[in-house]
Amino acid sequence: MTDTLARTPLHALHLELGAKMVPFAGYDMPVQYPEGVMAEHLHARTKAGLFDVSHMGQLAIRAKSGVTRDAALALETLVPADIAALGAGRQRYALLMNDAGGIRDDLMVANMGDWLLVVVNAACKDADAAHIESSLADTCTVERLDDRALLALQGPASEVALATLAPAVSAMRFMDVIATEVAGVPCIVSRSGYTGEDGFEIGMPAERADHVARAILALPDVRPIGLGARDSLRLEAGLCLYGSDIDTTTTPVEAALEWSMQKSRKAGGAREGGYPGADVVLGQLANGAPRRRVGLRAEGRAPVRGGAALFADAQGARQIGVVTSGAFGPTVGAPVAMGYVDTALAQPGTSVFAELRGRFVPMQVAAMPFVTPGFKR
Amino acid sequence: MSTIYFTKDHEWLRLDGDVATVGITRHAADELGELVFVEAKDEGTEVAQGDAAGVVESVKAASDIYAPVSGTVTGFNGRLSDEPTLVGEDPEGEGWIFTLRLSDAAQLDALLDEAAYKALLG
Repeated sequence: MTDTLARTPLHALHLELGAKMVPFAGYDMPVQYPEGVMAEHLHARTKAGLFDVSHMGQLAIRAKSGVTRDAALALETLVPADIAALGAGRQRYALLMNDAGGIRDDLMVANMGDWLLVVVNAACKDADAAHIESSLADTCTVERLDDRALLALQGPASEVALATLAPAVSAMRFMDVIATEVAGVPCIVSRSGYTGEDGFEIGMPAERADHVARAILALPDVRPIGLGARDSLRLEAGLCLYGSDIDTTTTPVEAALEWSMQKSRKAGGAREGGYPGADVVLGQLANGAPRRRVGLRAEGRAPVRGGAALFADAQGARQIGVVTSGAFGPTVGAPVAMGYVDTALAQPGTSVFAELRGRFVPMQVAAMPFVTPGFKR
Repeated sequence: MSTIYFTKDHEWLRLDGDVATVGITRHAADELGELVFVEAKDEGTEVAQGDAAGVVESVKAASDIYAPVSGTVTGFNGRLSDEPTLVGEDPEGEGWIFTLRLSDAAQLDALLDEAAYKALLG
């Protein structure tokens, strides 16, 4: 139903660049450009790649009191991350929780000084906006920033490239956020991304996105990258895809996302708990969870994809988990996957077996990320 | 002189006696992009027309190769184990995938010839 798909402000540019377009979260999005997923992936790892992520949702949360800390404390009633201690000009990963300790969405929260910028997944943005707005109605206003576009420039050459259009980005550290002009357009730039590489995410008014994207694509070393390589890049980086690796039935502890919950929100912290499902999460933080998200390496060359059942034995007698994402990792040069296994089998090096076309192929639990992160700390 | 047939699923089949060599078409190879893994059913496996007889995988996805006709798998192009990209480089030649001994030659009549396949691509 192509005619019902939404388009980002860069839709015409994607077509001009020869992209193959596919439906994704209700949008007509570029899955790859003529170079192909393999070449795009390797380019983003070694040079710099530009991604259109304008389909993602952007929200502005403002405290009715005018005090940003009040908005931060309000948001903390929905997420287990420390938002109150997030300084102006800093960004943090957070999980939007449900009452069962499951994950409604994963998001990025930036302190913009006098407001909070929240970036959420495309498929969740309507539900997230409604949930956050109704939950925080007493103390905050929530504005959907649907008139803004979002680009990601990822890869080791990103800083040098982007600095020619926005010199201020060179001084940024990982997870810094600044307001600065890029190619003459006022933008919000964070040093972050979804590839495991150094890079930036750049928000701007939708009507200026084409101008900014073309200026960035004109830089040496920068090429456009589609959703196909975005998925293989994030998988090699060990990053979760919402809806595949995490969802309303997985908890932050099961998903090995404890790092996204700061001390202040854990047992004995100044603002312990206080979010939906905190009883479940705090219990699992203390006692462990029955299953855990792990990395998986296939011993053969056949990629094991999401949905494959995992077994303790080569006969497929005892199922102990399931693969949630799997692909060939172009940088690793071998198949890589992630999934959930019984916690007793979550140690790296543990042998498990995946069902693949009626056979049971050996896999090993492996540490993630599969590639060394290139973040500028 | 061998005869080449095509399927609507973008496979080709080249007949020598009662053994067919099977691969995917240039069009299919271009659509799939660079392949990272190729495999066929084990030698001796009986497959019915339309059954999955093999698989080709790109970074992103796995696609079945269907048996264009019924028969018994008699071999696999072993070079593809280490060089799956050969399919993209020469899909209708060196990048052949498996061989099949036909069990019902009458099924060939329903396959496409080269002109009909080209017409299908438009």
